[in-house]
Amino acid sequence: MLKKLIVGVLGAALVTGASYETAKAEDTLYVPSLSYRTGPFAGAGVQIANGFADYFAMLNARDGGIGGAKIIMEECETAYNAQKGVECYEATKGKGALVYNPYSTGITLQLIPKAPVDEIPILSMGYGLSAAAKGETFPWTFTYPASYWSQMSSILKYIDANGGVKGKKIGFIYLDVGYGKEPIPLLEALGPKMGFEVAYFPVGVKEMQAQSAQWLNVRKERPDWMVMWGFGAMNASAIKEAAKIRYPMDKFIGNWWAAADVDLRPVGESGKGYIGANFSGIGTDFPAVQDMIKHVVDAGNSKADPADVGGVLYNRGMFNAVIVAEAIAAAQNATGKKSITGADMRVGLETFDLSAARLGELGLAGFTAPIKGDCADHEGAGSVFMQQWNGSSWDQISDPIAPMTDEVGPLLTDAAAQYVSDKPEWKTQSCN
Amino acid sequence: MFYREAGQYNTTYEQDLQAFPIKQDKIGIAIWLVLAYLFVPFFGIPGLEYGFAMNAIMIPVLIFTITTIGLNILVGFTGQISLGTGAFMGVGAYACYKLTSYFPDTNIIILILASGFVSAIVGALFGLPSLRIKGFYLVVATLAAQFFLEWCFIRVGWLYNYNPSGAIEVPQREVLGWIVTGASAEPMTRYLVVLSILVFLAIIAGNLTRGRIGRSWMMIRDMDIAAELIGVRPLTAKLSAFAVSSYFIGVSGALMVFMWLGAAEVESFDVNHSFLYLFMVILGGLGSITGSFMGAAFIWTFPIILKELGKSWFGINATVMENVSLVAIGVMIVVILIAEPHGMARLWQIVKQKLRIWPFPH
Repeated sequence: MLKKLIVGVLGAALVTGASYETAKAEDTLYVPSLSYRTGPFAGAGVQIANGFADYFAMLNARDGGIGGAKIIMEECETAYNAQKGVECYEATKGKGALVYNPYSTGITLQLIPKAPVDEIPILSMGYGLSAAAKGETFPWTFTYPASYWSQMSSILKYIDANGGVKGKKIGFIYLDVGYGKEPIPLLEALGPKMGFEVAYFPVGVKEMQAQSAQWLNVRKERPDWMVMWGFGAMNASAIKEAAKIRYPMDKFIGNWWAAADVDLRPVGESGKGYIGANFSGIGTDFPAVQDMIKHVVDAGNSKADPADVGGVLYNRGMFNAVIVAEAIAAAQNATGKKSITGADMRVGLETFDLSAARLGELGLAGFTAPIKGDCADHEGAGSVFMQQWNGSSWDQISDPIAPMTDEVGPLLTDAAAQYVSDKPEWKTQSCN
Repeated sequence: MFYREAGQYNTTYEQDLQAFPIKQDKIGIAIWLVLAYLFVPFFGIPGLEYGFAMNAIMIPVLIFTITTIGLNILVGFTGQISLGTGAFMGVGAYACYKLTSYFPDTNIIILILASGFVSAIVGALFGLPSLRIKGFYLVVATLAAQFFLEWCFIRVGWLYNYNPSGAIEVPQREVLGWIVTGASAEPMTRYLVVLSILVFLAIIAGNLTRGRIGRSWMMIRDMDIAAELIGVRPLTAKLSAFAVSSYFIGVSGALMVFMWLGAAEVESFDVNHSFLYLFMVILGGLGSITGSFMGAAFIWTFPIILKELGKSWFGINATVMENVSLVAIGVMIVVILIAEPHGMARLWQIVKQKLRIWPFPH
């Protein structure tokens, strides 16, 4: 028994060793995908990973890749675990990885200092470090299309446009970790300026599914609006509790990680009216999504359940892939090479232009607000729109709402300065 | 035949008290040290890409070995079960982060070793209930420590320097001109630092457990009333076990963040990790330093090997393998607890015995 075990383990070690080979060959583009199809947040992770994978599969099938170079997309399972994230990073970076999309704030924070050393950019789309929007301080990190602070400012603008925010009380219910606490400085800065009051309702990771205490407080405080920064199992529980205390759903706004189909399906009819922020279009009506259905899903090459295609998170994963693909194309144009490096990719991420016209060409007209890559602004001046749950699916209810750049900008600058304050060796860049 | 100690006579008391009294063991340890210091830093693990071998396998295994030795002192040698390991690692990590932001010019290795003392104090504090309660009740008390400390890591902004991201980020630090921490540090440098600290701590742990203190721990474990009757003070024995154990765990936590992860949120110190370290102790072997090496290496590398096997042999995707490895580790713990409660360390002893009499088993 023991002998067999030892032989087995040794054999295993040998074989794994032999199977390591570099994926990089002539004219291919290697894009790793740090996905989480297992673990506590798998519900969201599966959808994002599918959308991301299917868009590249569609480009390979329809156009033969990007600019004639085939895309090799490899998934590595992180289970939303920062330690596994290191493993995945190390396992994939040697294969010529162009860009990392970690889909976890913890892993993003680990990778930010590594990016300039290994010269592989990071695109943390709608998560991670808000301060990374400052391209001059963070040359290798991108947060297109908007940071959390920008998102919160857009939500406040929406509230202001729907009955005014002055003199109102806003309840902020959040997951009590770094991610959930991030918008608090903005709320504190804007509260006195715009004349609203904030009541805070933290939800610990361990009480995500038992929020009756918080909602009891909500009942006591009677906020006019509720804003939620939640993730995973927290979202559905919060909406259920809100329904239980008969909080008006159309005054309850979730951020873009608290407004997906997977969050609202368990709530169903009782969540009707709940509003969510989003930056990527919903539904399958876009020609690009139709192409994905035709070339990938119907061809049986997708891991996605056909019913999930066009969902909020599926489309977000796809949008992430769109930005990556556009940046690759921009990098190919700039360098004249088909197969590019991480450093070229960084240039691509700073120069791509996803204009309204280009969105139309891609078959994504109206999918999102136009974004333009920029050296100083790694946020790309994107906007969020509001969507509302009708009991079974989402409807878009607003046009894209631009963030309050003049309010958010100085906060981002301060945060970026704080990040580098204890790192004298940090490499910045100067734009223009 | 290969492992015969016949003909090796001890003529002095010093020889009798050596850590490795048998010549073959000395040779074995020397080979391991040569491999660890001269082969691995330059060649990594044959067949694996160097950066992957170092950052994803060697460095974490060495760090977790320190954690496992620390937890083993408490669980294996003293018989006090703890579920607060993850949080005590966090104490070490946050302490080191605070120390290095106050004393940026001090040698980071000294700070890492010093941060263990903070963890030792916190550990001894949470060890106080062990004087009154035992078994399940103590488990609950340490679980409370885990949750309380996690709460502190989130709520006490001072611990992470009021960083808006709520995480601790490792600054770049140099020792004698070598970059030791931060993203620019070479894997080889970090590996050698971790290895040296492990060797240093393992020697300390080995000698502690062989000496008077270790014996008093084991007496408390085997029968506390009898131990008390022959003059072992439970207060000092239990609290010293908690302190020493937390020191090791704290140092490993600081190493984990500074030498390996580079940045950490509270998620890296949660209760799931506490369970993982307990599994390392159980699989490796309760009350064995050698077992700690084996347990840590096995639990960490097993899912990686399984993932690669699944991919290259059977074409199974990583998601399925992730779940398979969870199931397999669970099954293995149950089987080992039933079939070999002393873990892999005991298996190694059986192998040694077999080697001793081979090829003539009578």
